[in-house]
This record gives sequence, C-alpha cells and structure tokens, in this order.
Amino acid sequence: MSAVQVSEVRRRGGRVRRRVPGSRRLAAGFLLPALLLLGALVVYPIAFSVRRSLFDAAGTGFVGLDNYGAMFSDDGIRTALRNTVVWVVVAPAVSTVLGLVFAVLTERIRWGTAFKLIVFMPMAISMLAAGIIFRLVYDQDPQRGVADAVWVAVHDTFADPAPFPGARPRPRAALAPSGGGAFSTRAAVRAGSPVELPLIAVRPDDLRGARPAAEAAARPGAVTGTVWLDFTRGGGGRPDVLDRGEKALAGLRVEAVRGGRVVASATTAADGTFALPGDRAAGARLRLPAADFAEAYRGVDWLGPALVTPAIIGSYVWMWAGFAMVLIAAGLAGVPRELLEAARVDGAGEWQVFRRITVPLLAPVLVVVLVTLMINVLKIFDLVYVIAPGSSLRSANVLALQLFRSSFGTDVDQGLGSAIAVFLLLLVLPVMYVNLRRIRKERRR
Amino acid sequence: MTTVEHTAAAGRPRAAGAGGARRPLTARIAARAGGGALRIFLVLVALFWLMPSVGLLLSSLRGPQRIASSGWWQVFTEPAQLTWDNYARLLSDGKVTGSLLTTAEITVPATLLVVALGSLAGYAFAWLDFPGRDGLFLVVVGLLVVPVQVALIPVAGLFGAVGLFETTAGVILFHTAFGLPFAVFLLRNFFAEIPRELLEAARLDGAGELRLFTRVVLPLGGPAIASLGIFQFLWVWNDMLIALIFADSGRPPITVALQQEVRQFGNNIDVLAPGAFLSMVVPLIVFFAFQRQFVSGVMAGAVK
Repeated sequence: MSAVQVSEVRRRGGRVRRRVPGSRRLAAGFLLPALLLLGALVVYPIAFSVRRSLFDAAGTGFVGLDNYGAMFSDDGIRTALRNTVVWVVVAPAVSTVLGLVFAVLTERIRWGTAFKLIVFMPMAISMLAAGIIFRLVYDQDPQRGVADAVWVAVHDTFADPAPFPGARPRPRAALAPSGGGAFSTRAAVRAGSPVELPLIAVRPDDLRGARPAAEAAARPGAVTGTVWLDFTRGGGGRPDVLDRGEKALAGLRVEAVRGGRVVASATTAADGTFALPGDRAAGARLRLPAADFAEAYRGVDWLGPALVTPAIIGSYVWMWAGFAMVLIAAGLAGVPRELLEAARVDGAGEWQVFRRITVPLLAPVLVVVLVTLMINVLKIFDLVYVIAPGSSLRSANVLALQLFRSSFGTDVDQGLGSAIAVFLLLLVLPVMYVNLRRIRKERRR
Repeated sequence: MTTVEHTAAAGRPRAAGAGGARRPLTARIAARAGGGALRIFLVLVALFWLMPSVGLLLSSLRGPQRIASSGWWQVFTEPAQLTWDNYARLLSDGKVTGSLLTTAEITVPATLLVVALGSLAGYAFAWLDFPGRDGLFLVVVGLLVVPVQVALIPVAGLFGAVGLFETTAGVILFHTAFGLPFAVFLLRNFFAEIPRELLEAARLDGAGELRLFTRVVLPLGGPAIASLGIFQFLWVWNDMLIALIFADSGRPPITVALQQEVRQFGNNIDVLAPGAFLSMVVPLIVFFAFQRQFVSGVMAGAVK
C-alpha cells in the first residue's frame, strides 16, 4: 500500500524541476545534523562491525572468517539459528494469514472498526509488557495460567479425571502392583465368593460425600466384591477387614483380566460394591487400572524447552496480526467492488471469490506485509528475553538474543557478536536492494 | 435445503423469474446463518484477543496471596477482592514513578529531535538543489532496514570514548539516529507533494528559505509530521534493548526497571502486573487518541 502511495508522490515530485539559486550552503546546513548523526551512529558502526567481526574476542588477533564459522559450529548458536529460521518462517506467515482473514471478515460486520481496534491495540504496547502479559497467560499452574486452565478444562471434558489419584493397597494385601500404576489380585477369583479389595492413601478431598462401604452379597454365577478405604476414622479398624463406618470408593473401574486380555469390567457402585458376570470373570484376576489412580492432569508446560518457541511465537502473533490486518484492510479498500459483485452474480461462491479474486488482487500488499514482518522477526529480542524462563532460555534462543549475550553478557566475545550482527545485516540486504531499485526505477520514469 | 428451494420456486415462480439477479433462497438462508456464525466467531476472536490484557489488568488489582493461589478469573465470582493496594505501594515506593519519568525524559527529546532533524533534511532533499542529492537520498533509503543490532557494539565503544555511555543523552542520540532514515524518507516524500506554485509565491513575497520552511512547509507537512511523531514516540517509549545497554543503570527507564523484576518472576507479580500496566497507560492513551496518525505512520513505515 505504502509503496503505491509513495510512487504516486514521487512521480509528481519528479516531474517538477526544482532549482533554488545559491542553495548549496543552505542545503548543507539543513542536512548536516541529520547526516552527522546517521554517519556516526549508523554508517560508521556498520563498517566497524564488519571489521570487528574478523577479529578475536580481545579484538587484537585477526581471525578471518572464524567467527562466522563459529556461528555454524557452536551448539548454542546453532540452536539460535534454527529458532530464528522457525521464527522467520512461521510468525510472519501466521500473522499475515490471520490478518487477511480478519480484514476480509470484518468488512461484513457493523462493528468492524471496534474489532480492528481490539486486535490492533497490542501493537501500541511494549514487547516487555506483552512479555509480562504472556508470562501470566502461560503460567503452568492451571489454577493461575489461563492457557492451562482452558487446556485442562477441555482435556477433562473428554477424559474423566481419575476418581482417586494416589490411592494404593497396603503392602502384602490381596492386591499387588501389576505395572504402569495398575493393581491386580494376587490370585484368580471365583464366582460366588465376594472379593475384598481394600485400599489406602485416598485424599480426603476425593472422599467428600462418600457412603459407608457395604459387604458384597455372594451371588452364584457372578464375581462380586467391594472396594473401600481400609481406614477407620478415629482408629480401631483392622487392616484388610471391612469395619463399620469405613468409606466406599465409588466410581472405580474393575476389570477381569485373563491371559492379558480384559474379559469383563464393571464400575463400583455408591456403596463400593461391584459385580462381574461369572461365566467370563471366574478364573480371571481382577485389576484396578491405572486410570483409577492417575494424578490429575496438570496441563501443558508451555514454557518448557519443547514448547517455548511456539509459545513465544504465539505472543508475537497476538501483537502483530493487527498490523497485518490494518495494512491488508487498507489494500482491500482499493479492491474494486464491481469485480467481486460481478463474480458473485456469475455464481462464484464466497470462497472462490476470496481465493480467485481478492487474494490475487491483494498479492502486492501481502508481500509487503510478509517482508516487513520478516525483517521485524529477524530482530526479535525482547519477547524471548522476557518470556522464556531461565531454564528454557537456551532452547528459546534466537540470533538477536545471542548477539546481545555475546556482546554484553557474562562471557563476552564481541568478535562473535559482531559476526552475528553482520549476518543479520546480510539477511536484510535483499530487501534494501529491492527498496533502492524501486526508487531508482520510479525516478527514471 | 433443496426442498426449501423447490417449494419456494414453485410457490413464487414469477418472483423467481422477475428478479433474475437475485440470489436463490438457499444462498440467502445460508448467508443469513453464515452471518450469525461469523458474528459469533468474531466476538470470540475479539474476546480471545482481549483476554491477555484483561488478565494483566485484573491480576494487578489482586492481593499477592490471591495472585499466588488462584487465577484472575476468580474476580468474576468474587469481585470484592479487587484492591488498589498494589498500585498504592508501587506509586509510594517511587521507583516506578522515577523510571516512568526517565522514560519520558528519553522519549520526548528523541521524538522532537527526529521530527526536527528529519523535516530539515526532508525539505532539503525535496526542494533544495545540490550535487549528489539523489545519491545521498538513496543511501538514506538504504539505511531504512539496517537492524539496530549492528550498531550496539560500535556505538557502545564510541559513547564510552566521549562519555555518553550510560547517559540519557546517549540513549536519545541513538534513538534519533535510528529514527532518522524513516523520518527523512517519509517527510521528503510528503514535502515533495507540496505544490511548487505555493513555494514560488512565498519566495516572490520575499520569504527566505528558513522562513519558507517554518511558515509554509512545516504547517503543510502537519499530517506526516504527526504520523512520524506518534510512531517514533511509541517506538522509543516501548524500547527495551537500547535502554538496557545505553541507559544510566542508576536511573533506568520503565522497561529496564521492570525487566530487572522479571528475572525473579513468580513471587513478584504484584509488582510486575501493575508496573507493566502503568508502563502501558501512556502508549495506550497515545494510541487511542491518535489512531489515524498511528495507522498512517505504520503504513508508511511498512518497509522499515
């Protein structure tokens, strides 16, 4: 968009020949302060960095391209390089796609401006503030971090949480651990003789509202039994015996396993009893599966080494999708409505109109947005520095952060830092070239 | 769906024939239903986008114990827990207010300097004739995309040599220098659009170049200067990297002060959350008050 406006301006400016007599000294006066600053703080540093990158940490020994070699051989910096590639590929693309979708969709609602304001607003705040915001969002404790609170809620809707996490039998009881957190009876069960399955170490919270356990009735043709908490409040209970007042463990899954296969299963009732069909369960062993006792789902460790980079990219998208949206919306305003209407009248569906007309017409804007975001992402520093906890900082490392640490951190190697800086500069050179060519071409016209 | 279409077509054959351009009823029903789904989707997206900031705001209004033990959404069921205590403590402590002041001391001069030097240079590039003008302008445009990272080490050395390292003045100069390419680029293009006749007329009236610049060019360049100013203001206010390296560590701006707190994240959210929110107040006011200028600045800066 800006490119279009700029070229318009430039053509008009270029046509007029301006000549003010005796303006050289004046021009020098007007330009000097700006050029001095640019020369001292932008141009000279580029030359300095290029030269410095060829010297060692002390700055005295010439090492040629060794610092650049170190960039690709040092493990820590290779991680930074790889993460930067992930950033440059993923973050601009996701932001642009979201921006495009939002820009197109908001055209159809009356409160489009309000929507745009909400999505655009994060651009006004600092990456530091955004970082603090997302440290809160990604807090691993589902009690505090909203991301994990939602994640755990969704998870628990689809997978029931275990009824009695942490519960287990006494050592040397009828039940023994059978691997993976499950417990199985030591002996095979028979129909007609109730099985007693006492457990201990149930959390008081999980026992709220539990009823007293009942002896299971012996039924011919059925394997019956009771699962209960073998602990009498106030003392006096006997181990492995169902004493009066001991609580039932309801809602537990009981499986009959024969030869490694589950042949029957039941769930304990409110009084802790269960019944399995005797024809199938008799002769099998009973098993209380691990799912009965699994610790509550604790959510995802967003800022752990595995997910920290995608998580931080998420926060970047939150900040910059609005930028893409605003630019694309401006481009969209320039798309001729008649073209879209004509296609619709010709029977094109909304998706086809979007895919075949809107997107191709917007292509130049999309490219500008993508390239701008890529340049921006190359320099990403604050978000990573603020959001990644110390333990995942290595896994979250990016080039700009590594540059900062090599240049001003504890183990300083300014030769290496300069090499990374020059490398970043090299990566944006193609964009610089395109900018310059565009301007020269416009001038010649 | 097809049944609806058939009955509708059978019931009103003339209408269907007359309104040839009208879309079939199914399409309209689908559009209506789709419109509802679209609205719900966008409402959800908007809520999703707001949630992180709302979380910060509500967290900043809860006591330290509450923050440590439960999420900010508890506020909705127990609004009584909201308190200004964190803010009161933070503001009376003086550290945060001091840092905000330092941030302002950096941001305001850095913005004014960029506008002043940028418009002087922009005017020279647009309306003064001197040898090497086009080449020089190309160099400035080339500098648009230079990452600040390239300058960190050399400028640290340079500032160290002249006594500007870890001073507010140094930070201001750094921000001004890196704001200039965009400023010159934007203002030169805008000034070049001013009708030549206007300048000629002023010259005929005997106005000198300096007078022309202050009385004609600057007022006409208002919109572009406003965009540039807003853009630069937010950029400098929100900067952390340059301040981290070049600012006076005894009097750090707000971003650096908060960053030092972040290092011990976990037990100091009652400081971080209100601090972060205070640091956002000024940018948000500027953003909402000058949305239009900000947007046009952002659009012009899309190559930066």
